[in-house]
Amino acid sequence: MRPLLPCLFTALGLLAAGPASAELDVRIGYLGYTPERGPVLSNVIPEPADAGLRGAELAIEDSNSTGRFLKHSYRLESAEAASGAALLEQARALHDGGLRLFVVNAPADSLRQLAAALPDSLLLNAGSADDSLRTDNCAANLLHTLPSRAMLADALGQFLAARQWQRALLIAGPTEGDQAYAAALRRAAKRFGVKIVAEKPWSFDNDQRRSAQAEMPLFTQTAEYDVVLVADERGDFGEYVPYHTWYPRPVAGTQGLTPTGWHKTVETYGAAQLQKRFEAHANRWMNDRDFAAWIAVRSIATAANKLRSSDPAAIRQLALSAELPLDGFKGRKLSFRDWNGQLRQPIPLVQPRALVSTSPQDGFLHPLTDLDSLGYDRPESRCNLAANGG
Amino acid sequence: MHKTLLATLIAAPLLLGTGTPFAATAYVSNEKDNTLSVIDLDKLETVATLEVGMRPRGLALSHDNKLLYICASDSDRVQVMDLASRKIVKELPSGADPEQFALHPNNQWLYISNEDDALVTVVDVDSAQVKAQIEVGVEPEGMAVSPDGKWAVNTSETTSMLHWIDTATHELVDNTQVDQRPRHVEFSQDGKYLWASAEIGGTVTVIDVASRQPVKTLTFAIKGVHPDKVQPVGVKLTSDGKYAFVALGPANHVAVVDAQTYEVLDYLLVGRRVWHLAFTPGEQQLLTTNGVSGDVSVIDVASRKVTKSIKVGRYPWGVVVTP
Repeated sequence: MRPLLPCLFTALGLLAAGPASAELDVRIGYLGYTPERGPVLSNVIPEPADAGLRGAELAIEDSNSTGRFLKHSYRLESAEAASGAALLEQARALHDGGLRLFVVNAPADSLRQLAAALPDSLLLNAGSADDSLRTDNCAANLLHTLPSRAMLADALGQFLAARQWQRALLIAGPTEGDQAYAAALRRAAKRFGVKIVAEKPWSFDNDQRRSAQAEMPLFTQTAEYDVVLVADERGDFGEYVPYHTWYPRPVAGTQGLTPTGWHKTVETYGAAQLQKRFEAHANRWMNDRDFAAWIAVRSIATAANKLRSSDPAAIRQLALSAELPLDGFKGRKLSFRDWNGQLRQPIPLVQPRALVSTSPQDGFLHPLTDLDSLGYDRPESRCNLAANGG
Repeated sequence: MHKTLLATLIAAPLLLGTGTPFAATAYVSNEKDNTLSVIDLDKLETVATLEVGMRPRGLALSHDNKLLYICASDSDRVQVMDLASRKIVKELPSGADPEQFALHPNNQWLYISNEDDALVTVVDVDSAQVKAQIEVGVEPEGMAVSPDGKWAVNTSETTSMLHWIDTATHELVDNTQVDQRPRHVEFSQDGKYLWASAEIGGTVTVIDVASRQPVKTLTFAIKGVHPDKVQPVGVKLTSDGKYAFVALGPANHVAVVDAQTYEVLDYLLVGRRVWHLAFTPGEQQLLTTNGVSGDVSVIDVASRKVTKSIKVGRYPWGVVVTP
């Protein structure tokens, strides 16, 4: 009887010689929903409409190049929707088609819905920087590759501390996102000893492209500061703050010196090669959404390769363990925080045409890894994913 | 007057460089300067700077030490420099973005990794013709040819594999998976073992060449340096088979390993982001290129002490030594 079994396997192996029916076939869903950002003043340079998706596509190509030596194949099935409800429907359809691994580029509300609706699937958040997803209501089946607002703000806060820019004026826009970004900046300021000498809400609705020279100096006339912090996620007014501040001081935050998960000017540690591959693939520069989706697919593929399986629970468990070092071209291995599923990563601080610095800054120590000096650390988060089992 | 003075000043370093023909010489590629720094190994100082193609990285010598092959990555070619005249005498079709390469013992076939195209290109250096192109994993980087000339081994960084190419057929015949981001491969002098560094994995794997299976995976721990910063890159083995030196990248140290027992004997502090290594003739000294600090550290092999650092250009990357 015994020799029969290997024969059967050999026969199956021969049948499965084509690339479409490989030994391990991993199907990943990409779910995209980007709400309209509304009319903004700074609309001269448009944002790419396919941010995120193009990164996921490239990661599939990268993973298949490895896969063909191992008879593994990776496929992306993408769905984009114009509303959260429509996205949920699309996700259900993909789920009915057998998909259990998803990369999601959508706002926090939509993510929460998806995570609740697909409890047997693993979702990787590559689109929402929302902090509450990482601190209060962590879904057990949700990992995050996009840095949280707290991580971005802390990356900037450390730089301000390192440069001894200790007094800040904070200008925040009116949207929910702007307010959340401003809250992250306040938290970072407190953590890293930066005093916010004044805070001003942006409420003007006239065209600052024409009258910034007139409005901004007066608007920023407050107690003296070393730096102006801007919370304007949509890019409404923030582009018009630099060079128009009352005191001749630098601008940082969503505009000026900006903390971000990825930028064209990141080039060291092999990043130049990733940038080139992406530009050949998408005919544009890779942004933070693209990178988050890219590393999300790469995380799944790296885990599947190691496990020789595409089981979402097993991938989740491996991702939350210390046994999955990820190569993210950021100068060191990346890993997921086991309490909230957030990808630990260095944060570049950039201006439009140059990398200014990378946080964590030297000297910000941590008992486990200095990467955990960015964002909500284990004791500050009310989540404990690792303890909740796979 | 001024013009003459200026000309003399410019010519001086070149004269110094060519004026000491008997000193051993190191050539260092400066990735961001598009130059090579020439180091006189008697004086231990940079005596000349030579302009080459864009983003020079990998360097290799012809077996008679007369020709220097230079991977000019952003110029998408391999340049051939005649070391007597220090002029580029030939350019080889290399495929896109050549990064590292290795010369076959027949002194004729150059195996080039094309980082952007996931290819290994084999070029005949005499005819400047491409002999073969072999598909490998994403971001091929390290290249080595076995001392008996049978194997060419390439590492692909994103695929985390060693690809074994049979040099008789130029076909990929086997793959060995190693830890994340393998960067460099080095055969032992007897050809029995292959050492492969993995930058993100933080390890060096020693592979038995006959079976192409790992026999040992080395890890490194340096007091006061976070494990994430231990990123092995360049590896050099002494020809007596006793020691291995491993450059640990942003850990700013070179590990000294007993190549028989695989025990790590020592960690030597060098410049920032140490890339690649080369022995001086007789293996009394080891040179390291330090990318971020823009210098070359000199290690005395017997005493395992760093004795000097030599200023070179920006982002020094590769290094070779002629006697």
